[in-house]
Parts: sequence; structure tokens; C-alpha cells
Amino acid sequence: MSALLEVQRVSKRFRGLLALDNISFRIEPGSIFAVIGPNGAGKTTLFNMIAGVLVPDGGAIVLQGQHIEGLRPDEICRRGVARTFQLVRPFPALSVEDNVLIGAMLQLPDVRAARMRAQDVLRQLDLFDKRARIAAELTLPDRKRLEVARALATGPRLLLLDEVMAGLRPAETDRMVSILRDLNRESGLTILLIEHVMRAVMTLAAHVLVLHHGALIAQGSPAAVVREPTVVHSYLGAEAVE
Amino acid sequence: MPRNPLAVLPRRGLMLLAILLAVLCALPWLAGDYVLTVLITILYFAFVGQAWNIMMGFAGQLSLGHAIYVGLGAYTAALLYVHFGIGPWIGMLAAIAIAAACGAAIGFLAFRFGVAGVYFAILTIAFAEFARIGFDHLGFLGGSGGLFLPVANYARNDIWNLRGSPMMFYYVMLVLTAAALVLCHLLLESRTGYYWRAIREDEEAARSLGIDTFRYKMLAVVISAGMTAIAGMFFAFYYNNLFPEQVFHVSRSIELILGPIIGGIGTLFGPIIGAFLMTGLSELMQNLLASFGLDVPGARQVFYGACLLGVVLLLPDGVWPWMAARLGLSRPRA
Repeated sequence: MSALLEVQRVSKRFRGLLALDNISFRIEPGSIFAVIGPNGAGKTTLFNMIAGVLVPDGGAIVLQGQHIEGLRPDEICRRGVARTFQLVRPFPALSVEDNVLIGAMLQLPDVRAARMRAQDVLRQLDLFDKRARIAAELTLPDRKRLEVARALATGPRLLLLDEVMAGLRPAETDRMVSILRDLNRESGLTILLIEHVMRAVMTLAAHVLVLHHGALIAQGSPAAVVREPTVVHSYLGAEAVE
Repeated sequence: MPRNPLAVLPRRGLMLLAILLAVLCALPWLAGDYVLTVLITILYFAFVGQAWNIMMGFAGQLSLGHAIYVGLGAYTAALLYVHFGIGPWIGMLAAIAIAAACGAAIGFLAFRFGVAGVYFAILTIAFAEFARIGFDHLGFLGGSGGLFLPVANYARNDIWNLRGSPMMFYYVMLVLTAAALVLCHLLLESRTGYYWRAIREDEEAARSLGIDTFRYKMLAVVISAGMTAIAGMFFAFYYNNLFPEQVFHVSRSIELILGPIIGGIGTLFGPIIGAFLMTGLSELMQNLLASFGLDVPGARQVFYGACLLGVVLLLPDGVWPWMAARLGLSRPRA
């Protein structure tokens, strides 16, 4: 099977700091793929390069056979890659529904059709009852879900989730996990997530990639990765493996 | 069929709008000459406020140099009329094209090279200043000595050449203002309008949702500039004289943004309410002062300042959102 996304020997340097060093991996369509690693490991840098915010210094990023490195974020989104932000960025003064509507209009230029699609997405993410609220008034868990809803409304093939579980309580995390798993199962959506919450990673991801100081130190199934001594040493700490 | 309850203006709103329109249609027959000129000024500011609001209120791009588009529109239409005998409505099309091209040039420079926020605002002032100084030296436009239109013959209203009585100018401006309101409403409810608001709220997030922010910001500047040029054409034919020092002056740019700020940035009715408040109340105040035998130079500016201060402190979203809530028309800020 051909990969949905292929990252080939990608590097990024910020002045003296080598943020990403020769990273390669491939994501099969329909899979859930997690990137873990300590703060400063280069996870968000990797995301920003896939999403077009940053241009890699070297290497290639190939989406369904087409090179996307160096394209603008909006061009990459139009090719089917949607992302959330680690620090949520809803459109604060707009209603929840209008936030998602703006995402839905990427594929549905007609406002009414897009609004119906937005309402469907809001139902999927348990936000339908709050659709008339102003986004700035939402609680953090709701804003996180709004962020996912908005990205989802663009109709992506690949969804990039940057720490959507961070700051959520365990019950909320479980809810988000089940939403994401449903999305993946029902529509075959491919998901790439950066996550610190290991319980979410362990249950969701089929494949995990571990970054440390910009280098790929391990990859494989979640169960295998957490047993690797280098991973335990650099990131998890012995007691973190539940 | 599910409809968005927020997108529908309450029936009461439509009724109030109809009443307002009826009153505005009837007013010139009840008002004297002086009140009529005040009303024309109000409608003029409502129109340019609406045009400016597209850029700032909808798309979040602060222009402090909108006088350049008024001036370009005014000079283009006046030049075509005075030198070539081309009527104002044809001239208006040329005015729109020139102002839109100028807006596109400013927008391109700013948005392509990442000039944003305060720096963008400064850039807009700079261009208006270039124009002010430049036009002083354009001999065929009268330079600093001014460009004059043949003075109107009030005996007959000639709508095609915009020569006639204040009553005619009033109705022309009323139609333009109403059309601007409808246009802005349609824009706001379109995909473009939603994309503008997304850019206003968070440009990076907008980009991540597939919005070509450069293109939509350009669109906002071009539409806003073109609309403002229509007001410029009106300005030229209503006042019959143009001086670069006056039309391009930065105080003109500031004056035309006070209405929407006070009325409510980003709202449809804010620029209209703001124009009524600013121009209406300042005229009232000047009459009061005059009736006490006082002639206070600069009183108008002090009044504007006080209004601005009051609104910023008490109603930071502007008067209209507050009024809309009182009238039971409230909907979340557009």
C-alpha cells in the first residue's frame, strides 16, 4: 500500500540549534500515528513543517505522491491536511458554529450547505448544544474540541492534532479518545497526533514515533516503544509506564 | 431545513429599518436647508464609514489613510468632467478603478511583505500624505490652487451630471448609503465575509483552514477603496471644489473612521448610527454654542475627542451593539 504521508530525511535548523535531524517515517492511510518526546524534542517543529508553517532545510514531505514541502499552510490544507494548534486558536468573537462553518466552507462554498456540514461536525464532537455560544466563552476542554471540529470540517484526509489532550481531565481525555477513534473507524480518517498523555497514546495509536533532541530514537507499536530503554530513559521515566 | 437562528435579522429589525428608511425619505420635505445639508453630511459619513468598515471591521486591517481613496475618486471624476465633459456616473467607474488599483498597490506592498498591524496603518497614512503632497504639484489638476467644477445651476436637477439642488444630492446619497448597507450585508453573509472575519480574529488559524489570506485581504482593500471612491465622486460634485490640502489631509482620514468606531466596528449599522451621532450632535452643539453667542474654534474636535473617550470607556464595542440589545435586535457581534 502506498503511504498517505511520507517524511523523507527532513531536517530543520534554527540558527545553531538542530531542531530536527534527518527524520524519516511514513504514515499509511487510515492509521493513527503518534509522535511523542520530551519538550523541545522537535515535535511541533515537525508538525509545522508538514502543515506548511515552516519550510524544511532539507528533505522532502510527500503527500500521496506529491511534494508539499515549501507550500503555504492554506495550500496544504486544501490538499487535505488539517491541523490544530497546541495553544488553541479559535476565532474568539465568533460563535462556535461560525468557527466550524469557516472550516466547512473550504469544500462547500455555499454558506447554507457549509452550515449544515458544520452542524454535523458539531454533533460529532458534542458541541451542538453550545453552537450559539461565543468561542471565547468556552471552557478549555470545549475549546480543544472546537479546535478539532474546525479542522475536521475542512474535510481532511490527514488530521494533525497538536496536544489536544493536554489540560484535559481523565474523563475528558477518554471522551476525546473515543471521538477520535470513532472518526478513524467510521471515515477512515488518518490521524497524526503529538501527545504527552500516554494513556491516550497507548489506546489510540497503532504506531508511535519518539523524538529526542530532534532525532528519531525509536518507532514501532506503542507497547514495544515504551519498553525501549532509550525511550524510558529520555522521556518517560521509569515510573511513567503504567 | 435547519436554519441558523443567528443569521436571521428579527422581523422587528426589518420593521425598524423600513420605518427609518421612510423617515429618511420624508425628511427633506420637512427639514429646512440647513438641516438638509447636515443630513447630507451624515449620509456621506455613513457611506464612507461603511466602506472603511469593510477593511477594518470585517477583515481587521486598520487603514488610517482612507482620504487617499476619497481624493483619488474625487479628482478622477472631477478631472473627467471638467476637462473631458464626461459625466460623473461614467467618471465614477474610472474613479473606482483608480482607487481600487491604488488600494491593490498598497495592499500588495503590505501583505506580500508582511507589513501588518500598526505598521500597516502607518503605511496607509504615508500613502495619503504622498498623495496630498503630490497633488499639490499636479498642474493639470489645479495643484494647491484647487480644482473647481462649474458651479451648479439650481434651477433644474440634472441627475446624470449631478448638477442640482441639495434635495437631489440628498436622495443620491441616501440611495448610495442604502446600497452600501445592502452590499455590506451580502458580503458579510457570504463566504468572503466569513473568511474576512476569520482573518480579523486570527490570521494564522485562518490560513490553517485553507484560507488564502493574502487574496482575501487584497479583496477587502480593493472593495473598500472602490466604494470610498464613489464617496469621493460625490464629494467633488457636491462641494464643487477640491484642494489637496483638504481632501487628502490626515484629519479627513481620521474623521471618516470616527463614525464606525463610535457606532460599532464590524457591525452593519454601526457606521450609520455613528455618523448620525457624530455629525448630528456636533452640529447641535455648535448651534447651541452659537445661540449663546459663543464662537469656539476647535470645539468640534474637542467634541469628537470627548465622544471617542466616552465610547471607549463606556461602550467599547460601540453604540450600536448596545442599542441593538435595547431594541431587542441583539445578535452576537458580526
